Amino acid sequence: MADLRNDFVGIKSPNPFWLASAPPTDKEYNVVRAFEAGWGGVVWKTLGEDGPPVVNVNGPRYGAIYGADRRLLGLNNIELITDRPLEVNLREIKTVKRDWPDRAMVVSLMVPCEEEAWKRILARVEETGADGVELNFGCPHGMSERGMGSAVGQVPEYVEMVTRWCKANTRMPVIVKLTPNITDIRLASRAAHKGGADAVSLINTINSITSVDLDLMCPEPTIDGKGTHGGYCGPAVKPIALNMVAEIARDPQTRGLPISGIGGVTTWKDAAEFMALGAGNVQVCTAVMTYGFRIVQEMIAGMSDWMDRKGFSTLSDFTGMAVPNVTDWQYLNLNYITKAVIDQEACIKCGRCYAACEDTSHQAIGMTPERRFVVKDEECVACNLCVDVCPVEGCITMRRLAPGEVDPRTGKTVPADYGNWTAHPNNPAVRATE
Amino acid sequence: MANTPLTPGVVSGRLAPEAYRDNFADKTPPLTAHEARVAADRCYFCHDAPCVAACPTAIDIPLFIREIATGAPRAAARTIFEQNILGGMCARVCPTEQLCEEVCVREVAEGKPVEIGRLQRYATDTLMAAGGHPYTRGQPTGRRIAVVGAGPAGLACAHRLAMKGHAVDLFDAKPKAGGLNEYGIAAYKTVDGFAQAEVDWLLGIGGIAVHNGRALGRDLSLDGLRGDYDAVFLAIGLGGVNALRAEGEEKSHVRDAVDFIADLRQADDLSTIAVGRNVVVIGGGMTAVDAAVQSKLLGAETVTIVYRRGRDAMSASEEEQNLAASKGVRIVTGAAPLRILGEGAVEAVEFAYTRETGAGLEMTDETFRIRADQVFKAIGQSLEGAPEGLALSGRKIAVTGPGRTSLPGVWAGGDCAAGGDDLTVTAVAEGRDAAEDIHATLMAEG
Repeated sequence: MADLRNDFVGIKSPNPFWLASAPPTDKEYNVVRAFEAGWGGVVWKTLGEDGPPVVNVNGPRYGAIYGADRRLLGLNNIELITDRPLEVNLREIKTVKRDWPDRAMVVSLMVPCEEEAWKRILARVEETGADGVELNFGCPHGMSERGMGSAVGQVPEYVEMVTRWCKANTRMPVIVKLTPNITDIRLASRAAHKGGADAVSLINTINSITSVDLDLMCPEPTIDGKGTHGGYCGPAVKPIALNMVAEIARDPQTRGLPISGIGGVTTWKDAAEFMALGAGNVQVCTAVMTYGFRIVQEMIAGMSDWMDRKGFSTLSDFTGMAVPNVTDWQYLNLNYITKAVIDQEACIKCGRCYAACEDTSHQAIGMTPERRFVVKDEECVACNLCVDVCPVEGCITMRRLAPGEVDPRTGKTVPADYGNWTAHPNNPAVRATE
Repeated sequence: MANTPLTPGVVSGRLAPEAYRDNFADKTPPLTAHEARVAADRCYFCHDAPCVAACPTAIDIPLFIREIATGAPRAAARTIFEQNILGGMCARVCPTEQLCEEVCVREVAEGKPVEIGRLQRYATDTLMAAGGHPYTRGQPTGRRIAVVGAGPAGLACAHRLAMKGHAVDLFDAKPKAGGLNEYGIAAYKTVDGFAQAEVDWLLGIGGIAVHNGRALGRDLSLDGLRGDYDAVFLAIGLGGVNALRAEGEEKSHVRDAVDFIADLRQADDLSTIAVGRNVVVIGGGMTAVDAAVQSKLLGAETVTIVYRRGRDAMSASEEEQNLAASKGVRIVTGAAPLRILGEGAVEAVEFAYTRETGAGLEMTDETFRIRADQVFKAIGQSLEGAPEGLALSGRKIAVTGPGRTSLPGVWAGGDCAAGGDDLTVTAVAEGRDAAEDIHATLMAEG
């Protein structure tokens, strides 16, 4: 039986599944229910400065994107940080940590860009016995208009500065939560690293308008005829998050910086993918907001079963395993030549591969009057579109041409050796050096 | 005391009032909007889709389903009506399991096709419920066309002609338009007066004058019509019923299934329809199943369908056969009637088992009897009263191409014309195509 225990920057939890800072972690009632369900840890919903509580809109806070059968694929929100009094949150954090000592309790923070403000709140959090803090430099809506959240996260110098203040004013591990609303995620992670962060967590939500109400001619969610951009999350953002995690994991300047992976984690498999790309654990939000806390049981069982099948006994056995295989385009092997192959037994003759290839790609699939679809190797560039649009999993596969075989498309013999763009004769840079 | 299923003889009111309502409720209830979206999402939007090729009216099925999936059911309905103006009825009565759904790639792959028929109903119901008519009549051409028979073929032809701007006189022998849609389909397939509602909706295009109670050969002559109109379309259906050619056929309570079905469809109160305690239906088509199932639903104690050949040869689809079985109808195959027994009224039917031989079907010496106080004959209909001068092919009106008969200016389609398959949807296609040909012919004449 695989051991799912997790140690993230010294914060221990029985499994690597944490709840992200969000509505599900806004109060004791929810967090206790989460721990009862089996969640390994939580990042408490972001606390702000002491004073009059934050005010939220009183209309809809969420907008959604659906797949088939109203399966929720993407969610956006315009909710702000906690709107409950600081004192109440701190008291509850203390109680929950006392009652659930084996679970990770990290507290998300967002206060104005002044060292004193951070110093004040860090001291209050320390008193609760929490395991660590997460600096919310990510929220793209509302708070950013007040110079917090992503307004900080988008300026690497601010990220570094605030991180440094926090490290100087607490003994707790400091996790810096990054916004994806930037052009190069590495600049923010490097800044956090320079500021002394123990870890980064990413991604926060993405600036978004989920849809437009075509009767009201207004973005959704709609508040009295107006809408604003909100933070997008859920399964739809996972590919973006995976890339950003991988970019940081393979960046020489931040190599080894612990990462908490966030962004569309819905199943054990999503979690395993984030961890394979270097995340030490994952944080979940939209999935529990869709299905409730019980899904963690599937995540625990699925991850454990997969690890057993793979022969991994601890999480560190596979964490980061895929990072060396993330590379730049220029290093991809151009001598790796494949052709699509359609399994006639599995084919249900829908013809989607044909339409996709004929209309939008390389006219490399033939169709007979009997609806038999066959790949024309002399046209196939192995783009994979037919595989992607085929409704039958495993029906279309890619066969690698063996070295020595002739590629019918180019008429050239497949080389045995590796060859990439950096040495390709068509590369102007190569010619320049000749 | 009220009658029950056990009351001997042919009587009405065998069931409690609510049982009639439940038994004759919509066989396949409509999809809700969400169900339709989910069902539509299963469509793969196949390239050159097999379902389209299998549809006699060639509806662009993947397109209309995609329109449903994207929240545009009215656009979906227009896609359907473009090809099949009776798409509402066809959604209810088409044997989709033998047509579009049989060749759906998901049927082939998983044994569970996209529910094309139900989706078509969802789309067409949505548009029809919105009121109004989606097409406008073309600029009047000054041409007048007689359409004889207001069944599916005649209605489809008349509508397409009206779209082109021709003036149509639509004649029908029966008191109501609709043909078999109104008189010949099981009640649970087209509830709430849908057949008449559809006719009314279709006529909303304008330019079609309906004349009921006008029969060809009695009130109208083909020669007269040819003189009065620029073109004639014959869609007179099959008015005759094949005889059993079994001894005792004249006994009382031996009747044509089509008449029983028509009476049932026209009844305001189903508890007034008399049905036997033991009913035997002879035949193997949709009419046999419709008569048998409805007999059972009216409270008959036992209902038996007897068909002379094997199950595979029955023209009732497997789904229809399963429906009959699920309602408690027994299906006996490989037996043909020898004689009807009884003193005045039928009491039993004697059958002989049959045997397939190279020369055809043969009766064997082995016989059996089935008790019956009511017998329905459903062994096929035939063309009755075809006008003189029209060439026939077999026992139907000979046609070439889009319904051209041997007489200039006369087209034919639907069940009365040779070459079809007696399906509503095929009749619609023939009516539509004949209209296009009539239009092209008249316009070419200038």
